Amino acid sequence: MQSDKLISVHNLSVAYERKTALWSVDFDIPQGVICGVIGPNGSGKSTLLKTIMGLVPPVGGNVKIFDSNLKHVRSRISYVPQRESVDWEFPSSVLDVVLMGRYNPKNLFKRTTKLDKEIALNSLEKVGMLSYKDRQIGQLSGGQQQRVFLARALAQQADLYILDEPFVGIDASTEEAILAVLTELKEQGKSVIIVHHDIHTCSRYFDYIVLLNTRLVAHGWKDEVLTPENLKEAYGSQLTILSEVANELSKSASPIREKSYDDK
Amino acid sequence: MNFVDFISFSDPTLQKALLGSLFISICAALVGVFTYYQKKSLVGDAVAHSVFPGICMAFIISGTKNPIFLLLGAFIAGWLSIISFDFLLRDKRIKSDAALASVLSVFFGLGILLLNHIQNGGNANQIGLQHFLMGNVAAMSSQDVMTYGLISSFVSLVIILFFPVFKLISFNKDFAHSKGYKVKSIQFLFSSLIVICIAIGINAVGVILMAALLITPASSARWWSNKLERIAILAVLFSVISATIGAYISFSYARMPAGPWMVIILSVIALLSILFSYPKGVIYGMLRRRKAQEKMLVENVLKSFYHIEEREGEELISAVQLANTRSYDGAKLSLALRKLKKRSLVLVSGQNYQLSKEGRAEAKRIIRLHRLWELYLGSKLNFKKDHVHNDAEAIEHIITPEIEKQLIEELGEPEIGLHNDKIPLR
Repeated sequence: MQSDKLISVHNLSVAYERKTALWSVDFDIPQGVICGVIGPNGSGKSTLLKTIMGLVPPVGGNVKIFDSNLKHVRSRISYVPQRESVDWEFPSSVLDVVLMGRYNPKNLFKRTTKLDKEIALNSLEKVGMLSYKDRQIGQLSGGQQQRVFLARALAQQADLYILDEPFVGIDASTEEAILAVLTELKEQGKSVIIVHHDIHTCSRYFDYIVLLNTRLVAHGWKDEVLTPENLKEAYGSQLTILSEVANELSKSASPIREKSYDDK
Repeated sequence: MNFVDFISFSDPTLQKALLGSLFISICAALVGVFTYYQKKSLVGDAVAHSVFPGICMAFIISGTKNPIFLLLGAFIAGWLSIISFDFLLRDKRIKSDAALASVLSVFFGLGILLLNHIQNGGNANQIGLQHFLMGNVAAMSSQDVMTYGLISSFVSLVIILFFPVFKLISFNKDFAHSKGYKVKSIQFLFSSLIVICIAIGINAVGVILMAALLITPASSARWWSNKLERIAILAVLFSVISATIGAYISFSYARMPAGPWMVIILSVIALLSILFSYPKGVIYGMLRRRKAQEKMLVENVLKSFYHIEEREGEELISAVQLANTRSYDGAKLSLALRKLKKRSLVLVSGQNYQLSKEGRAEAKRIIRLHRLWELYLGSKLNFKKDHVHNDAEAIEHIITPEIEKQLIEELGEPEIGLHNDKIPLR
């Protein structure tokens, strides 16, 4: 049965580096939207993405993507990690990095083909970086590096694009280029999820919003979510009891949830 | 004489030494490229020291120097050291350098203890175990060379087959994971390759110098290229050179060990790479800086000509007049004048100098850039009027025609500069 749910997160709790990052989060995201995952620093946004992508195991709860388990739909998802998470001094050209989007985990020995190269070049053109294809990645500006990462994701030709803080430390022209690509993806019926921390640009970038502050504050279409009350709840600091409990848990090395019943 | 013997490759000791060191060092270079780029160079050193007690234990248990047993012992000890290291790192208060130092010294100390125990035990077979400390290819039997040759060829082959995967994981582990790569298994495989490579390599150079065999080729190669594939090929090439020369030296001179010589040759290659590589090398960098300084000097003198013309209205200018404008150092001024004469930008008439037509155009161009930049800083970026001159003094020398075009577009063909001075036309 085909449903229009892109992702449904059910009762998800995550502890990251021994600290509780997400408390029992529940939400759905419909297909074909550009969805922002918003919240202040340390609100568990990136952890949520990492959990969705299977990089961090949850303490409890589950995530369904395209009504299925992650492992069946991995090839339909592409993930853009934070730009700072890699060493840009790595000896590679721009094209090399974009070609990594074409690597196939099912065939470890396979080299990239001519077709892969064409797809990679095409992706570079979409982000306006074609003329930089032979450039050493260390020589790029922050915005250019972000575009290369986006091109690599495009080269994966996925249905769902998950981006972790793509708008941090970039120039205005890169911002425009990224937004243009995202809009085009949406027009093709693809979906995009973006972690973002700046509330001022939210309503311009996104249609759908998940507002977090280590727990779910609100989720839904942007006009429903971006209310002063919700924002105050997420960005104000009345979560002290929850974070104190998290500290206690970390100190006593207790699990945040008893191993249980609900993980199916 | 020696050289002819060496080339003809007929001596069995030489065959062993050369083949042994070639296999081992090619394998180490390939493994080393990824060790280097996964920032595990020091882990390599710690593992190298840590395999030693494994070799001693294997000897104590088996009573023989059969390479398979010794290798197995080394492999187990090497892996134990990696596990201990990861275990120590789980405590966030212990930093990786401290963890490595502890693992290295505890394992190596244990190895020395075991070696002493063996040497006092009187087993006649033990002669030669100390070779693992400093390495000795010549002491390897043909059977050893065969075994190690096969294993190191296998390791090299695995690295080549998995090259794209290792590259992906070295650059961006999370991305590989998100694509569905079994990152943990692949890293387990790679760590195993490091341990095997080290366990074999210590036959050639010993545990103490092993890290050099692993890391130096890659760290030299990175000076020459920005492509991982090319870096790997160069690293192998450097290793082949050092292994060949090392074997030649140990063959030609009595009691000269090949292993330490290999490391010395590798170090020389590293030094040469740092100095002479293009364009990252130190010497090329110095040349470039000198060229830039010379360009600045020459252009500044050219400007002085123009300023004197502008102010005094005379075209014939003496060296003293020039020197007074900017208090040039005498030697530098005459160098600049020589260069300008050579490029026919300045003409000589008797004791005096004057700008040629081209020289005047060039001087105008530089002053134009200077004043455009001042105007840009002052009018568009709101710099204080008295701050812009020094910036412009440096920037005028590097503005390209493209940037000039952008400046003109931004400023709209200005004629008057920030200090009410004329901006010369092109």
